[in-house]
This record gives sequence, C-alpha cells and structure tokens, in this order.
Amino acid sequence: MAMLGEADLTPAARARPLARPNYHASRKERDRMEKHAAGLASGTVPSKPPSGIKSFLIKLGRQHPLIVMSVPFLIWLFIFKYVPLWGWTIAFQKYKPALGFWDQEWVGLQHFRFLFEDERFLRVLRNTLAMSGINLVLGFATAITLALLLNELRQVAFKRLVQTVSYLPHFISWVVAAGIIQTTLSPDGIINELLMKAGWIKEEILFLGIPEYFWSIFGAGTVWKDVGWNTIVYLAAMTMIDPAQYEAAEMDGAGRFKRMWHVTLPGIKPVIVVLLIMNIGYLMESGFEPQYLLGNGMNVDFSENLDIFVLKYGIAQSNFSLSIAAGMFKTIVSFILLFAANNIAKRLGEARLY
Amino acid sequence: MAGMTIKGFKKRSRRPMSLGDRMFEYGNFIFLTLLMVVTLYPFLNTLAVSLNNANDSIRGGIYLLPRIWTIENYKYVLGEATIFHATMISILRTVIGTVLTVFCSAMVAYTVSRQEFVLRKFVTIAFILTMYINGGLIPNFLLIRDLGLIDSFWVYIFPGLIGVFNLIIIRSFIEGLPESILESARIDGAGEYRNFFSIVLPLSTPVLATVALFSGVYQWNQWFDVFLYNSSNVELSTLQYELQKILQNSNASMTSKSASDGFANVGQQGSGVTPFSIRATMTIVASLPIIMVYPFLQKYFVKGMMVGGVKG
Repeated sequence: MAMLGEADLTPAARARPLARPNYHASRKERDRMEKHAAGLASGTVPSKPPSGIKSFLIKLGRQHPLIVMSVPFLIWLFIFKYVPLWGWTIAFQKYKPALGFWDQEWVGLQHFRFLFEDERFLRVLRNTLAMSGINLVLGFATAITLALLLNELRQVAFKRLVQTVSYLPHFISWVVAAGIIQTTLSPDGIINELLMKAGWIKEEILFLGIPEYFWSIFGAGTVWKDVGWNTIVYLAAMTMIDPAQYEAAEMDGAGRFKRMWHVTLPGIKPVIVVLLIMNIGYLMESGFEPQYLLGNGMNVDFSENLDIFVLKYGIAQSNFSLSIAAGMFKTIVSFILLFAANNIAKRLGEARLY
Repeated sequence: MAGMTIKGFKKRSRRPMSLGDRMFEYGNFIFLTLLMVVTLYPFLNTLAVSLNNANDSIRGGIYLLPRIWTIENYKYVLGEATIFHATMISILRTVIGTVLTVFCSAMVAYTVSRQEFVLRKFVTIAFILTMYINGGLIPNFLLIRDLGLIDSFWVYIFPGLIGVFNLIIIRSFIEGLPESILESARIDGAGEYRNFFSIVLPLSTPVLATVALFSGVYQWNQWFDVFLYNSSNVELSTLQYELQKILQNSNASMTSKSASDGFANVGQQGSGVTPFSIRATMTIVASLPIIMVYPFLQKYFVKGMMVGGVKG
C-alpha cells in the first residue's frame, strides 16, 4: 500500500490517510484499493481512481465531515442566490401577485419592447453607462497616479500616514459620505466660500441643483472615497518590481520621471490590464448608493441610473414585471461583458478573475 | 540635502539629488499633504460642528475648531430613545453578522481548500457563479417576502451570510498554509473538525481579521436593507438608516439657501440642539467606530486585497 501512496499523486488520492489504510478501510474498499494498486503496477489503469457512482458514494461517505461543513451552505446558497432567478419568469408575464404561477398571463417580450421604447429607460441607460465610464477612467487614472506618487516617497512614516488617511473614506458609509458631500457643496459650504473668496463667482452655486454638474460631482465624490483604497493593488504590484531594474535605469542616466515611465509603469502593466478588463465587465454597475443619496428632484435627469429605475418601478410602483425586465437586462449584459472580459484576460495570458 | 528643511526627510539615495529631483520631492510632499487635508477636512469640520453650540453653528464660520464648546449635541443624540435604540441594533447586527460571516465563510473555505474533497469543484463553482448572475433587486425582495423575513432582524444576517470575495481570500490563505501541519495532525488522529477548529482557524487569524473588518464595516454601514425590508418597523431601524432619513429630509429642502435652514420644520428650539448639529453629531457617531478600528487592521486588509485583487 505504501507503494500506492507514492505512485498515485492525484489530489484525490491524498484524500484519506493512506499511511494507515489497512486499519480502517472496509473489506470492500481494501479490495478496490488492491485492484487499483495492481492496475497501477501493470500500467493499465489511469492515475485517476475509478470514477463510478459507487466509488463516488464511498468517498462521499468517508468525507462526511466535509459534507456536513459545506452542504448546509450550499442549501443556503441555493435558496438565497439561485431561487431568485426563478423570479425572472415574471418579466415575461403580466404579473398579478394574487394569481399563482400557472394562472399568470404570459406576454412574451412585451415588457422588454416597452423598455426600449421608453424615453426614461433610455435616459437611465445613458446615465448608467456615462457614470460607470467616468468611474472607470477617472478611477484608474487617479489611483495609478497616486500609487506612483506614493511609491516615490522615501519617508516610510509619511507614506504610511498618507496611506492610512487615504483609506479612511473607503470605510465610511455612503450615507455619511453623501452627507459630507452635500454639506461641502451646499450654498454656505466650504467650496462656495472658497470660490467666493477667490472672486471666481459672484453668488453661491447650488451644485447639486444643476443637472449637468451631477456626473462631475459623482466622479469627484467617488474618487475622494476610493482613490486611496484603489492604490493598494498597484502598490503591491510595485513592490514586486526588481530593484535592480531601477539601479540599471539610474546607471543609464534615467531621471525620476523616466524611471517611473520606463520601469514602474511597465512593471505594473499586467495588473492594470487585468483590472481594466475586469472593470469593463462591470460597466452596467455604476453603483446605487451615491446616485440615490445625492440625487434629488432637480438633477434626476442625470442622476437616475438603472438600479434606481428598478427600485422606483418595482418597489414604489409595484410594477414587478417591468422592473424585473430592466434588472434582467442589466444582469445579462453584465454576464456577457464579464465572460468576454475574463476570456480576453485568459487569452492575453494574464491572471483571471477565477 | 542640507537644504532640506521639511521634517522627516532623510538622506537615502547614494548620490546627491539633482535640482529636478528635489523639486519633485517637495512637490510630491506638498501634493500628498494637500490630499490628506482634502480627505480629512470634512470629518474635522463635522467634528467641530458636533462639538459646537448648536445655535451658534447656524451663524456659520465653523472650520476646524468649535467656537463655543459643548457636549450638548452628544447628550441629546445618545439620550434620544430612537437613535439610541437604532445604535444598539447597529451594534447587534455588526457583532452577530460579523461572527457568523467569518465562521461560516471560513468553514466553507476550509472544505473547498481540501484538494481531496469530492464536492470541491461543485461547491466552488456554485459560489463563484453567483458573482456573475444574481436575481436582482425585485426577485430578491420577493424571496425575502415569501420567506417571511420582512420585519425581522434576521434579514440583516441571512441574505449576505457568505460573500464570494471573502470565501476566495480565505481559501487562498488556507491553501497557503503548510500542508505538513495538517498532515501530521491527521496522522495523530485529528479529524476534519479538529483540523478546522484547532489548527486552521487559529492559523488563519490574519485573513479572518480582514474578513471580519470587511464584514463588520458592511454591517455597520448598511442602510438599504433596513429601508427595503424594515422601514415600517422603527424597532429594527439602524443608526445609518436614521441618518439617511435626516439626510433625505435636508435633501428635499435643497432649494433653501443654506444647509442649516433646511431643517426648519424639524427644529427643536430651546432644547439646545438643531437638526444641523444633530446631523453632524450622528455622522461622527456613525463613523467613529470604524475610524478607530481600521488603522489597526491595515496590514491585514492590505494583504487580503492583494490576494483578492490580483490572484482572485
């Protein structure tokens, strides 16, 4: 049996204590293992153990502690994450809550057709894409810049301080952040005060009341909240760069900016590429909380995004069918984008999401 | 280098810096200091308002320090039954939610880290798929309604029990533990349960601290599930939701000239507090616990993000 332990190196074979199988293995099992060992010796059996239902059940039985530790959560997963998918059927019905599933009237793609003729939905779609696009470009540019600047710091204590401070807004809730943004941008807030003192404006601007400003406010707010947090991955990647590269560049007379441009940036390129591709996969996710919390009646044309649309139609107006159709559209497009992104990343030979 | 006057600058490089390099160091230092100011100022300003006499705050002009010091606002906020109760619910859901999330995520992560586990692939894929596909807001709402979880505390705990991201970072960590430790424990007769409880759990403290922080922050900051499922039951309201309601109130009256005027309808004249000061005080109460905890867990979550962000 010891021979088997060494010969069969597939993970599955490490399953149970092969060091002492004879003491515990049942007779049947011992037979199977001996057969297996014989097969191995003659080279006819592939290194994988026999994969019949029977052996699967035997293994299942032997691994009962692992089953006990995971199956309850599989059931949880099924109920909370997979059962809701059933709700998608409602998007194809003229849903009436009082009726049972079989009594609903089926309307095919009517709700989807309605959505794409609905001016409000198209506007919401535009807002979603615009804001996630802003998020993507601005998020990347600022985080990479900040990471580069932090990486150039030689004072460890100061670097640590900047990092700790810059992580702070990431941890506070959007409720608090939105409150802070509101206060800062209010007519008697600090921004207006500074602009007035500088003489750039003559009277206060109601920033959140001007629809066209909303995307910029959203972009600035998101950067304020997450720029520090987003540097973590880049800074980690920068520590992996071989210091010899910097020394060689310095010998060649490369100045600070040249080193940043020719050594640091290429060094973190793989990470940038992966994150960029992954983020393209999240283009339909422009966030919900900032838009909901900072949005108001005046800027609604620019602040309302898909998630808010779903919430308003679904919960406030109880138009479940239309709302689910909109949500379903979002999920499916996201799924396709993510899948494509993951495959592109795979083809480029970079790390993947899973 | 002798010309450097900024405190903390030390001579590190082997050769003297050029003028351009030095300019860059100064510029970088100033820029990053400014960044810290921009990040911190709103918090410090809110703190100052919360510690300033409420009626005096309305006059404006409070920046970094209170003009007339008082703890009246805090006395009022913590003495108000609704807010106090909401704070308790927030603490309760944070503690229970975090403990359960960490424990359950670690358990599943342990099982999928065991290479020999027959359901390893299946469990992993079943969890990861949910990152790509989810029912969405309304189907989830209908499920929660059908499960009878509306108007209950457990709606804060169950739906988000295990996050896929948490699962991945714990699994990666456990897989990085030396196999020999578990192997030798197994030879000594330790079963899976003992392996998990007395070896894997204690050894995984760094990653569990990270997950606990993420989960704790999530639970503490959450207001949307309160709004969606329990908005009619004030007994189950949380601090963030109470703050959100105040915020929404002031947002509705955005058109008024100043942020402080917006609260005219809910003003408590004579009690020594104003909605403006209450909002500032609640903001501080709602963010202080997190601000006090996260710096100490920094080295852990930075590692966790590296694993989760790059490796996946």
